[in-house]
Amino acid sequence: MNNQLLKVGLGSCGIAAGAQDVYNYLSSDIDKNNYPGLDLGKTSCIGLCFAEPIVEFHEGDKRIVYGNVDIKLAEKILKGISTGVLPEENRILEEKGEGKRVAADDNIVKYTGRQVKLALKNCGIIDPESIEEYTARGGYKALEKAVNSMQMQEIIDVMKESGLKGRGGAGFLTGQKWEFLLRAKGDKKYLVCNADEGDPGAFMDRAILEGDPHVVIEGMIIAAKATGAYKGYIYCRAEYPLAVKRLHKAIADAKEKNFLGEKILGSDFSFDIIVKEGAGAFVCGEETALIMSIQGGRGMPNLRPPFPAESGIHQSPTNINNVETYANVPGIILNGPESFNKYKSGNSTGTKVFALAGKVKRVGLVEVPMGLTIREVVEEIGGGSSTGLPLKAVQMGGPAGGCIPESMFDTPINYDSINATGAIMGSGGLIVMDASSCMVDVARYFLQFTQNESCGKCTFCRIGTKRMLEILERITTGSGTIKDIDMLEELANHVRKTSLCGLGQLAPNPVLTTLKYFRDEYLAHVNDKKCPAGVCRSLIEIKIDPDKCTGCTLCARVCPVNAIAGERKMTHVIDSGICTRCGMCIQKCKFDAIYRI
Amino acid sequence: MGCTCCKNGNSALNAEAKDIISITGKEKEKTIPILQEIQSRKGYIPEDLLREVSGVTGIAVSDFYSVATFYSQFRFTPLGKHLIRVCNGTACFVSGADILFDTLSDLLKVGDGETTEDGLFTLETVACLGCCSLAPVVMISGRVYGKQNSDSVRKLISSIIADEAKGEKTAAEAGQTGGTA
Repeated sequence: MNNQLLKVGLGSCGIAAGAQDVYNYLSSDIDKNNYPGLDLGKTSCIGLCFAEPIVEFHEGDKRIVYGNVDIKLAEKILKGISTGVLPEENRILEEKGEGKRVAADDNIVKYTGRQVKLALKNCGIIDPESIEEYTARGGYKALEKAVNSMQMQEIIDVMKESGLKGRGGAGFLTGQKWEFLLRAKGDKKYLVCNADEGDPGAFMDRAILEGDPHVVIEGMIIAAKATGAYKGYIYCRAEYPLAVKRLHKAIADAKEKNFLGEKILGSDFSFDIIVKEGAGAFVCGEETALIMSIQGGRGMPNLRPPFPAESGIHQSPTNINNVETYANVPGIILNGPESFNKYKSGNSTGTKVFALAGKVKRVGLVEVPMGLTIREVVEEIGGGSSTGLPLKAVQMGGPAGGCIPESMFDTPINYDSINATGAIMGSGGLIVMDASSCMVDVARYFLQFTQNESCGKCTFCRIGTKRMLEILERITTGSGTIKDIDMLEELANHVRKTSLCGLGQLAPNPVLTTLKYFRDEYLAHVNDKKCPAGVCRSLIEIKIDPDKCTGCTLCARVCPVNAIAGERKMTHVIDSGICTRCGMCIQKCKFDAIYRI
Repeated sequence: MGCTCCKNGNSALNAEAKDIISITGKEKEKTIPILQEIQSRKGYIPEDLLREVSGVTGIAVSDFYSVATFYSQFRFTPLGKHLIRVCNGTACFVSGADILFDTLSDLLKVGDGETTEDGLFTLETVACLGCCSLAPVVMISGRVYGKQNSDSVRKLISSIIADEAKGEKTAAEAGQTGGTA
């Protein structure tokens, strides 16, 4: 009998697109009708977010990947399995193996062609809730190697040689950080995995935790073995319930197999991991604030030094790494540092995971080798602009990062080059913006975010960002002056210099980079009272072109505030006083007769 | 055994407080898990229960309050029947999330974090729901609705109101992309 398998991608984003409904349908139909030899499996985020929900069919070496699957297509697939002829839909993303009929979707070839999967090696392939599937792909082999045949210093040396830098954003050499902990004095040493992914528009860590929780756990256990830590915390964002659930299961399973807990794999080494749920405070991504939060208090940062490596949780030596950093550890230990540092650009090695989103055709989770240019990521992997409008910039690093203009898209991705632009590598949010994005409004958006998330400890971060936000609000509503721009720059520099932690120090970045690269947009708002991108609602009007309007009445019917008047077959008119500039009419007009001015 | 800290102790409240800490533990380090447990049971942090928990744990009410006001997860008023969360992540922002929020805010006559007078809806913005490929996104009662505009969110709300009027329990789908997340 043939062994057939249908696999559904059940990450948070897949579920949001309707994958759970598809899975439930398949599961109930398979129960009802007998499909001999057919199994139904799950996996997590495959990274092809733009084609969710995704269903894969496997039989021997045959593999067919369907994208944008709805119940109707699921029904056809099941029918195809019973008749032996699978539907040859235009929704096949990829087909492999004997009897292949459809050439791989060009989009997928481009999307996957430039990627290198190290941290995401298992994501979208294994069932994240099955430790057996993880070990079948070499999981916990690196731990065995570290426990059975490596000394502490040896592990640290391998990590240093690999060149892996902290993937949370700061980019500090991981091996060196571990060495600090190893050398620190203290009986009780702690490890923390920072999974408080708070950047808006970033979902890399969530995808790893949901898709391959064991790789993070294995990475932490190896770090504990190397540094002598006895207890670890995974501080996970509370908004990620599925990640938390899968972590709990993975920890229990790892304990049962003796990869975690007392006397790991029969050695003298013991280590335990506890999952702590955050409660929604962006500043807790900062390591000293995170420690305060783990201890049960308000997550407010402290002055460094002392660094956590000397005095962290309960004043004991503590090492903090990000999810993606730990996820890279097992591969480096098992396959050697060369397997990682063979990808090299400038002073950076390995790969980086990005959440590619915004105005780009193929939105998804991508992992690229260092040295690929921004243009290659945006245009080759992402497929370029999704709207047809020219691309204007990418935003990297979230609220702490900055905007890099299209003219600099040939910048290679590595820590030094990205920092040189004024943006930061950050944790991996990469938002693409087209001509319809107003860069002043983007700066205002990020500043509103950091202002709201400032813990209030430092005066300049608390009040300075507030004043900066007020200035940006003045500019975007048309009451800004040239003096405001100078004041904004001056304040930005003060906030940067006088804040205790990264949140405040980096908060001005979105403002400074947009001032640097898109100053003309600021000037247009201030001098001409115009928003060139047509975004800032106080500065635009929506008008109907009488030459193009056919009087079809569609706009008047969709207008949510009844601001459009006109008889059938007569030119319609918008009452600017009532109009909220929501743009519904522009979206609906079939004759391109409505425009922003 | 009733409450020992005041004579009007409510024994049901006391039992609940003890039940909560039997799950979370009662050390200072457990302040956040205790608050999370209270909120997952009640939907918010009721003062009477918090005082009772303070009594059984020995953690001061002011300490609880200090922590609870710091984190955006905790609320001190009950939630409406349907929680509407408008995603304000960067991808949603560049796709017009503000228009969705303004539409809903105008329609329901509530601001960020507020609940309608009839207790049917609570409206809030959320930093990022991480469904960037579906931007702009609105989550209503745990279900994600992707690629929304001001017209479609209005229809979603009307269909919920219509269903409520009919006495049905769940919101109709109004032809949207969506799944429970």
